[in-house]
Amino acid sequence: MSEVAAQWLIGVGLAFDLFGTIGLVRLPDVYNRVQAATKCVTLGTCMILGGVFVAQGVGPMGVKALLCAVFLLFTSPVAAHAIARGAYKSGVRLWEGSVVDRYGEEVHGVHPPIERAEPLITARPTTVGQPGEHDV
Amino acid sequence: MSPVLSDTFLLAAGSALLVASFLCLYRIGRGPTAPDRTVAIDILGTLVVGFCCVMALWTGQGFYMNIAIAWALLSFIGTIALAKYLEGRYYDE
Repeated sequence: MSEVAAQWLIGVGLAFDLFGTIGLVRLPDVYNRVQAATKCVTLGTCMILGGVFVAQGVGPMGVKALLCAVFLLFTSPVAAHAIARGAYKSGVRLWEGSVVDRYGEEVHGVHPPIERAEPLITARPTTVGQPGEHDV
Repeated sequence: MSPVLSDTFLLAAGSALLVASFLCLYRIGRGPTAPDRTVAIDILGTLVVGFCCVMALWTGQGFYMNIAIAWALLSFIGTIALAKYLEGRYYDE
């Protein structure tokens, strides 16, 4: 019984790991990559660690796996937040298709804007139309 | 402790983690900016933790879990250091 449960946990965790790294390769922007890769790989590795705990039971290996899973759950969002913040502060621009930049509004409202070669968001071609076009 | 999972399953698990690690290496080599590489290095450390789990189940030896915990700690500290370096600040803000 515990063997089947551990196999399912490890298998689903491996699927999450693979999807996270595929997102790391395929997504267009460092912020999108942070989001996809950190969430998926953290959950996947925590499920693998949970599979080790289920397979080994309460013993040295199982307790260490549980400890490592708790540690990863605490530290991985902090690391992702620090990377995204560092990327923004170092001037990495958003993807052209991004529609909103709340952090930029917050930062530029409080502090002087960071020196950049180009604006953070290039205007997306809107499909709504110009104001006054439809109210004839 | 006797091995619980079959060798075939653990071999498949290690192979899947190896494929994921190569995808990370692609992003490390290709990544256009430095934060891309930092993200990929962080994810590679997390994948190594999973690989240590697979090795611990495969060999049935417990010290691989010690390696996993130490690797998770050092990967976190390295990622924070790289992020602070990217931000252009010192470690005490």
